[in-house]
Formats: sequence, C-alpha cells, structure tokens
Amino acid sequence: MNKSSANEPIVQVQNMNKSFGENQVLKNINLNVHPSEVMCLIGPSGSGKSTLLRCIAFLEQYTGGTVLIEGDLIGYNDNADQRKLASTKELNRVRRNMGMVFQQFNLWPHMTALGNVTEALVRVKKLNRKHANEKGLALLNKVGLSERANHYPAQLSGGQQQRVAIARALAMEPSVLLFDEPTSALDPELVGEVLQVMKDLANDGMTMIVVTHEMGFAAQVADTVVFLDQGEILLKGSPKDVFQGPKPPRLQQFLQNYMDRNAFWE
Amino acid sequence: MMAFDVKVIIDHLPQILDGFVTTVWCTVWACALGMVLGLIVACGLMSKARIFRYPIRFYVEVIRSTPFLIQLFLLYYGGPSIGIYLDPIQAGIIGLAIYGSAYYAELFRAGFNAIPEGQLEVANIMGFSTTNILWRIQIPQMMVLIVPGLVNTTIILGKETAVLSIVTVPELTFVLTGIGSQTYAYAETLTVLALAYLILAESTSRLGSWAEKRLSKYMER
Ligand SMILES: Nc1ncnc2c1ncn2[C@@H]1O[C@H](COP(=O)(O)OP(=O)(O)OP(=O)(O)O)[C@@H](O)[C@H]1O
Ligand SMILES: [Mg+2]
Repeated sequence: MNKSSANEPIVQVQNMNKSFGENQVLKNINLNVHPSEVMCLIGPSGSGKSTLLRCIAFLEQYTGGTVLIEGDLIGYNDNADQRKLASTKELNRVRRNMGMVFQQFNLWPHMTALGNVTEALVRVKKLNRKHANEKGLALLNKVGLSERANHYPAQLSGGQQQRVAIARALAMEPSVLLFDEPTSALDPELVGEVLQVMKDLANDGMTMIVVTHEMGFAAQVADTVVFLDQGEILLKGSPKDVFQGPKPPRLQQFLQNYMDRNAFWE
Repeated sequence: MMAFDVKVIIDHLPQILDGFVTTVWCTVWACALGMVLGLIVACGLMSKARIFRYPIRFYVEVIRSTPFLIQLFLLYYGGPSIGIYLDPIQAGIIGLAIYGSAYYAELFRAGFNAIPEGQLEVANIMGFSTTNILWRIQIPQMMVLIVPGLVNTTIILGKETAVLSIVTVPELTFVLTGIGSQTYAYAETLTVLALAYLILAESTSRLGSWAEKRLSKYMER
C-alpha cells in the first residue's frame, strides 16, 4: 500500500476504458487530480461525464486501465497477469477517502437533515450519538442549515436538500469530493446557494471533481477544465486555456450551443 | 320459520370467544413468521446469484399457484412420513406462514425496488456495510411504501385461518360450525362468524391506516 505524499495526485486515472457491452463510452482516459485542485468536467450530453465520475467511485466497473485513489487501486486486485474484483471490505477501505454528491440529492427521506449527516458517523465511524450530533451540527452550520437540523428532506427546498447532501458527504472527511451536476435539478433561483457552498469548499482547499453545465462556475472556480466528447478527453487545461485559447471545433460548437441556450438578449 | 335466536350465541359465548382468540393468535403468529420468512425470500429473489434466485423463484411460484388447503394437508398429514410431527395449531401457523411468505416476499421486493438506487450508492460510497444498508436505509423505507399491500395480505391470511378448521384447530370457523351443527342454528352461527371476520379485517385495516398516516408524514416527495 502506498503512502501518499503531499504532492502525489489524490486521483490518478491511467489509460482507463469503459464499455457497456459493445458500446465503448470512455476511451483511454488519463487524468491526475492533485490535492486542493478543483477539476471541472464539461461536455455534451452522453459524452461520458457521469460514467467517468462513477468509474472513479467504482459505482461502475471500468473495463481497462487503472484508477488510483491516494495511490490505491480502486475496485480491483491486480496480480501478475490477472485482475480480480476487490472484496467489499477492500473497496470500502479505498473509498473511505471519497465523497459524492448527485444531481438528485439522494437524501434518505426517512431521516432528518441531522440524521442524514450523522448516520455514517454512527454506523461507519462508530462515534457515539452525542459526539456525532455535535459534529453533524457543525457540518450543517458550515452549509448554512443548522436551523433546519430536525427537518425531513421533504420539508426542505431543493437547494437546502443539496446542501444537506454536501454536508453528509463531508462527514467522512473525504480527501476528494465528486459532484455530478449538483445544480441541474434545481430551480434557477436556488442554484446560487449551492454553488456558493462549493466555492467555499474550494477556498478551504477541498479537492473536487465537478461535472457541471455551469460554465461560469467552471471559469471562476476550476483549476483545471476537462472537455469530454464522445468518451474522449479532447482538451484539458486551465479555464483560460479552455475558454479563451484555440479550440477544437467540437468544443467551439459546444460552447456556442451553451451561449445560445443561455442568451436572453439578442 | 324460526326467528333469529340470539340465545344460542349467548349460551356459547365463552367458546366463541376462545375461538376468536385462537384465530387472532394464529393470524398474528402466521403473519409475523410469514413476514420474517418473506424478508429472507425477498432477499433471495433479489440476489444476483442465480443459484439462490432460481430455486427461490420456484418456491414462490409453487406456493402461489397451489391451494393453501393442499399445502396444509401436505404439512399436517404428509409431514410425519418425513419425520415432521406437528400438532394442529403448529401445523396451521407454520403452514400459513409459509403460504404468506410468498406473498410478503413479492410485496417486499416491490418495495425495495421502489427505493431510488442513488440512495444506496451514497451509502456504498460512505462505507456502510450491507447489513446496515438493509436495516437502516432499505427496510424502514420499504415498510412505509408497502403498508397498503401489507394490510391487504394480512387480511387475506387472517381469513385463510378458516381453513385450519379442517385440521381441527379450534378457531372461529371450527367452533361456530360445530355449534351450528349441534344446535341447527346455522343462520345465527354463520352470521356471527362472518361478523367476527369482518371485525378482524376492519381492525387490521384501521391499524394499517393509522400506521400509514404516522409513517408517511415525512416520506412525501
Ligand atoms: N448503465 C448503462 N448501461 C448502458 N449504457 C450506459 C449506461 N450508463 C450510461 N450509458 C451510456 O454511456 C454514454 C455516456 O453516458 P453518461 O451518462 O456518462 O453521459 P453524460 O456525459 O453524463 O451525459 P449527461 O450530460 O446527459 O448527464 C451514453 O451513451 C449512455 O447511453
Ligand atoms: Mg451525466
């Protein structure tokens, strides 16, 4: 097992492929995400952004290459010439460093906001209830929701639910947070509050991989922007490089479509 | 024409109450055991391993497509030939539990499937054990989602206890039909019998609505 040093990437994706049956949806993906880096994945619908994120979390089994989380291979055990699925226990050990936030929030509806945040602290980290509640309240406070601790998800707005989901993901003190279009299911007026929480996290030095259609967020907050198209990384660079530098035609077209969609004034 | 003779009922009231208690007792035990068994069967039905899934699917199909009466006969009269000796009440409760398990299992499976996959993915990423996911996230939601179906199945199983009279379990049907044939007060005993089942079904359904109201308050989406 490798001990990660300060500058080793937290996430390393090397020559990674993913097929669903005959359909290859990710082709030879290479990525490094370093501590405190914010990486935004952009690209047209169906380009494989979610699949890439899900392979990194091993919610999907990648079909070739490697994904290393803090130096540890996720999901598989590689021997001389054979690759075997890792046991749940091994998988959990590697995943311990990871949190994920989904488009659909996926809060547990039968638990309060505080219950959602503390559940892993009690069941996985085995903290006692009192200690877990203190920690949970601090996390809810961080996303501006300590007053809503005893509300059930159904009693919260979409923006509030997503902020609870972020607090829940933070509970396990992950070294990297994955976001899959965290604001796409929200009413426009609620997008800002979630993006603000994500900006705060970025400023605190959280390592994040964010699939997003919010180009403003990518331009403002990302250290690296990755443009994915038909399962391939077409361009990777600083926001300035990607948004202002020379562009491959597919990116040009993607950004043009985005501008057209978001233009409200001709 | 003989008038409706309430006296027959009053005279046999202690016996009838005993029968009522036995019916409730059998229903409660059969349902409880049936739910436990049904939960295990549901887990088997959802298993990724065919070696579990196929035989359990077969079990469910067999139970659902044969009459309960025949299953009960097999257990009670056929059991001794493979070394299973049960008294009538035991055979009745176990038989009904097995019968119910197939229906409960289908219900549980539907309930489990109604829980969005993403909720379980979050738990997986956070390192929850399979047992914790089942007991803390899946079962509490599944139970709320299926309350109406649960009430239905429980009412049906409650009525099926009448079949236990055939293997001489002294439950309501056994007692009241017995009184009926001794006293020839068929109308009276059968009316009371029907009323008793009606009361049982109605109470189950009230209990279900109450539970549903309490539980689903926080589950609206
Ligand atoms: N479970 C699956 N089984 C089969 N094919 C899948 C599965 N999940 C995704 N795909 C396919 O993989 C491709 C990439 O899908 P993916 O969801 O990763 O795209 P995306 O970039 O996230 O798109 P969007 O912006 O619409 O969310 C699509 O062609 C999709 O049909
Ligand atoms: Mg997607």
